[in-house]
Amino acid sequence: MGTERKQFVVFRLDNEEYGADINKVTIIERTMNITRVPMTPPYIKGVINLRGDVIPVMSLRLRLGLDEIDEDENTRIIIFNINGISFGAIVDSVSEVLQFDDSQIEGVGTIISDKALDYISGVAKAQDKLVTLINLEKLIAELIPA
Amino acid sequence: MDMNQYLDVFVEESKEHLQNLNNSLLELEKEPNNITVLNEIFRVAHTLKGMAGTMGFSHMTNLTHNMENVLDALRSKRVEADMTVVDTLFKCLDALEGYVNEIISTGGEGEQEYEEIIQSLTDILEKSPAVKSQTQKKKKNKKADDKNIDQKDKDLRLNLNIYDKNVILKAIEESLNVFQIHVELDKKCLLKSARAFLIFQILDKYSEIMKSEPSVEDIEDERFDYSFTVMVVTKHDESLFQKELNSVAEVRNVEVVRITEKHAGNIQDEDNEQYLHDDEPDTADVDSAAQAQKSGIAKRLTNKTVRVDIDRLDVLMNLVSELIIIKTRLDDVGVGEKTNEYIAALENLERITTSLHDAVMKVRMVPVENVFNRFPRMVRDISKELKKDIVLHMSGEETELDRTVIDEIGEPLIHIIRNSADHGIEKTKDRIAKGKSKTGSIWLRAYQDGNNVVIEVEDDGMGIDIEKVRKKIVERGFEEEEIAANMTPNEVIEYLFKPNFSTADMVTDLSGRGVGLDVVQTKIEALGGTIELETEWGKGSKTIIRLPLTLAIIQALLVMVGPEKYAIPLSSIREINNISPSEIKNVRNQEVILLRDMVIPIIWLHDILDVPREKNTAKKELTCVIVKKGDKLSGLIVDSLIGQQEIVIKSLGKLLAGIRCIAGATILGDGNVALIIDVNAIV
Repeated sequence: MGTERKQFVVFRLDNEEYGADINKVTIIERTMNITRVPMTPPYIKGVINLRGDVIPVMSLRLRLGLDEIDEDENTRIIIFNINGISFGAIVDSVSEVLQFDDSQIEGVGTIISDKALDYISGVAKAQDKLVTLINLEKLIAELIPA
Repeated sequence: MDMNQYLDVFVEESKEHLQNLNNSLLELEKEPNNITVLNEIFRVAHTLKGMAGTMGFSHMTNLTHNMENVLDALRSKRVEADMTVVDTLFKCLDALEGYVNEIISTGGEGEQEYEEIIQSLTDILEKSPAVKSQTQKKKKNKKADDKNIDQKDKDLRLNLNIYDKNVILKAIEESLNVFQIHVELDKKCLLKSARAFLIFQILDKYSEIMKSEPSVEDIEDERFDYSFTVMVVTKHDESLFQKELNSVAEVRNVEVVRITEKHAGNIQDEDNEQYLHDDEPDTADVDSAAQAQKSGIAKRLTNKTVRVDIDRLDVLMNLVSELIIIKTRLDDVGVGEKTNEYIAALENLERITTSLHDAVMKVRMVPVENVFNRFPRMVRDISKELKKDIVLHMSGEETELDRTVIDEIGEPLIHIIRNSADHGIEKTKDRIAKGKSKTGSIWLRAYQDGNNVVIEVEDDGMGIDIEKVRKKIVERGFEEEEIAANMTPNEVIEYLFKPNFSTADMVTDLSGRGVGLDVVQTKIEALGGTIELETEWGKGSKTIIRLPLTLAIIQALLVMVGPEKYAIPLSSIREINNISPSEIKNVRNQEVILLRDMVIPIIWLHDILDVPREKNTAKKELTCVIVKKGDKLSGLIVDSLIGQQEIVIKSLGKLLAGIRCIAGATILGDGNVALIIDVNAIV
């Protein structure tokens, strides 16, 4: 009872499962036309029209240093809102929403040794799997002018 | 009571009044004897005093009160509106603005009391010889008054009627005393009505108040100046009232007059008009102030306006934008199977959305006056500071611009006008030596030109020495000497807008022209506008700013670059030409074309937008969109044209802000996003 339970949207990139704080997820969309924007970092795929709002979209694979794959019918764009800034992230698929309490979440330790380390805030252990929790603020930090 | 709900209204109205005060003071400076202007200033000071009093801002009330005293002296010609007086009044205005700003940021007026200003206001009153003689005269009058009291048939201050007469006679019959008590409060008294209330309490204790002038209600609402007169019936005698009332703080003078049968006998059916003493300007002021207030109210009634939060207007504008997007979409969807009825309905919809858009835009439009009105004061201050004679001529203040543009345009204009006054206009003796008129002029003009609003700042000062700038370009290493030598004056002037070109030593060398002009240009271009500078050495300079009427919805040309669609604002397109690849020549490593004897540089949008150029360059024709930035033309090569469309400008958001060459995005009829080319940035 005393432990805090948090909900995470769990999605898949390559063969791993990742989680994002559900409070920061606005909506999950199927893929749509993305308009390329010149002079942006390669991981920025462009902008989409989300019900009248123009929102930038990044490839989470590229952002985390993975290779890009072609989109299929499972590909999703998760729209996040962080401190009023909206952006989308392309993921391979979205699987479920899981609840973890603090005791299930471990800080970043020995498990991961990737360069993606920067973007990871912790790892949650469910019954039969590990879910890597994404530090969403970090994903866009370098795009926000100081 | 919670005053916060009134705070916004207070701030808004104060700002308006202060602006009004500013204008009137400037007029007063020109015509020190204009009584209409003086009345207006008095009215504003009075209204501000009332408003501040209501809100409990005592420092502000005190200051306006002291202003009023001086203004009153001005009106009654006891004091001349000379430079010292006007300067002091301007200081008052600044102080009041200080209060209002403090109120905006903290909700309270702060601790600043501006004692110096109040002191100079008092000094003005005291130093004026007219006032001295006036006070002396008053003293004499008072002596005469004292004598009159003995004579008992002194005219009463009160305006008594038949009813009062009966009361008086009845009281005397019952051997009660009837007094007319005139109380004058100290001018420094802040809470007049509270003082008056204390006095009424004392009077109530010892007597019955039969009549009061002004009425008790008016006194409670502070609708009186510094004196009031009552009639009381009592069994006590005069000395008691003198003693009791004089012991109240902030009471300057108490005059007790016994009302006798003789007074009562003088009362006729018709009102005795003589109660207004000629040497009592105070009472008259109450009247005129009240009248002024009334006329103010009347004015406000005829002008039916509603204050609307700008955010709400933004929401409305967004909704209109959505509607336009949907309309465009409907237009696209029906392709192929449009019935006449469908087309008619669509046309109807189009007409309505266009009118709606216009209407909402008009609501958001604000006259440039809102920006311009701070400049007369600024120029006045600069001209005093620099001891130069400068007159600012303004025209077209009624020209309207979108609110967002208005908010942003102020700073750049201040910069330009200050430059003109500071560095453009010569010292008076230099002007005379050059055979120019003693007074330097700055013209500030606004007018609408098609879909643009043009704002010009022109001065008849010394202008810019092109040759000096040319030398500077070489010295600073921007260009080789021979290239610089061949540049046209216009090309030379462009360097003034370059960052880092203007440095501190330019201030002395080139009379400071160009300082910070790059900042001004950046700002104007961020608003989608352009800035040009024309100058003639020795004759003066002219800065021309062109701004779009609105920022939200524009006409644009949709073009294809490779597989992508882009929008180019129609306002910056001059013409569209088909050219053959062979027409493109290379000059100094720059591709150019010759169009009607003009050499126009060519820019491939593909290169700028990272789109691969089509392999098959042996195409017989290229589409070239000629765009203009100020006087400068450039040709943009695109692959094909789609057509003209009304587009809604959307920001790319914080994450993608600051991409050069992209001014924003828009949503097309098919729901896709197209980027808008920032012509100013790429040309």
